[in-house]
Amino acid sequence: MREAKKFFWDGVRAEIPLLIGVFPFGMIYGALALNAGLSAFASQMMSSIVFAGSSQFVTAQLVQDAAPGFVIILTIAVVNLRHMLYSASLAPYLKNLSLKWKFLLSYLLTDEAYAPSIIKYKKEGVNPFSHWFLLGAGFSLWFTWQVSTALGIFLGTEMPEDIPLEFALPLTFIAMVVPILKKRPMIAAAVSAGITALLAYHLPFKLGLILAALVGIIIGTVLEGRKPLWGTE
Amino acid sequence: MGYGMNIWLTMLIGGLITFGMRFSLIYLFGKFEIPETMQRALHYVPPAVLSAIIVPELLIQDGSLNIAFTNIRLMAGLVAIVTAWVSRNTLLTILVGMAALLIFGWL
Repeated sequence: MREAKKFFWDGVRAEIPLLIGVFPFGMIYGALALNAGLSAFASQMMSSIVFAGSSQFVTAQLVQDAAPGFVIILTIAVVNLRHMLYSASLAPYLKNLSLKWKFLLSYLLTDEAYAPSIIKYKKEGVNPFSHWFLLGAGFSLWFTWQVSTALGIFLGTEMPEDIPLEFALPLTFIAMVVPILKKRPMIAAAVSAGITALLAYHLPFKLGLILAALVGIIIGTVLEGRKPLWGTE
Repeated sequence: MGYGMNIWLTMLIGGLITFGMRFSLIYLFGKFEIPETMQRALHYVPPAVLSAIIVPELLIQDGSLNIAFTNIRLMAGLVAIVTAWVSRNTLLTILVGMAALLIFGWL
């Protein structure tokens, strides 16, 4: 149990910079949802029922535009499609867990929980306690998301406008991705995904992000398969 | 607005679908043989997804591409990338990147 505790807190610690970046987003979401006409209770509950930042923003917008329910549902599905990639990517590391654990960790599987956890798994592999790291990262994010939503709802329109703390999010992702860019297919995957994300930026529903991820994955895989001696392995 | 019961149902279904997507491949793994190419492809999910998130954050400003020196997010991002490359230290990268953002904002 000591070991489990250690992994849990390591996960929380790895998540802290992301929590700082996410906090203002949660507040903005809370204020926006309220402003869009959702009740305070519904705005808050969406943060635990859906628990996926960008799709909650879009939902608030669609509610304001009085879009029909099925349009909102379809939009949520498309915006959150990338989570299937995370699910596939983490699956091999979680395969020995009980269904209960798989349920819990899936519910907590956001961008911000996925990033530090996959990096940790890639570095250290699986041990009987490693899923506690994902729990620590996922739960601390969940908790922060609930609190920041509540604060946003409470403050409403009295929110400060520009909060540079949001920049902690891309910075943390940079700190995570740069060290794994060692072999050439990895670099090619990152660069091609980045360029595609720019070119496809104006696609609706975060489809640009999914397209960019797929392009990066395909390019990395093709390059790796073509010449085994290409990398520095 | 015509919402009410409706919005709760919408949220519930949206939440179930989101959970379903997160759960899908974690649940299915091991239930069938995964092709080798697919397994190899999964290694590229982290660099591809993270870069696809990072790059527009740095380069797109108010909806359009900005690669000028006056784009302080881009400049601070580059400083962070160099810091990460050299130091391989998460906390240092974030602190230096944040400091760079503030300093470029003043200049």
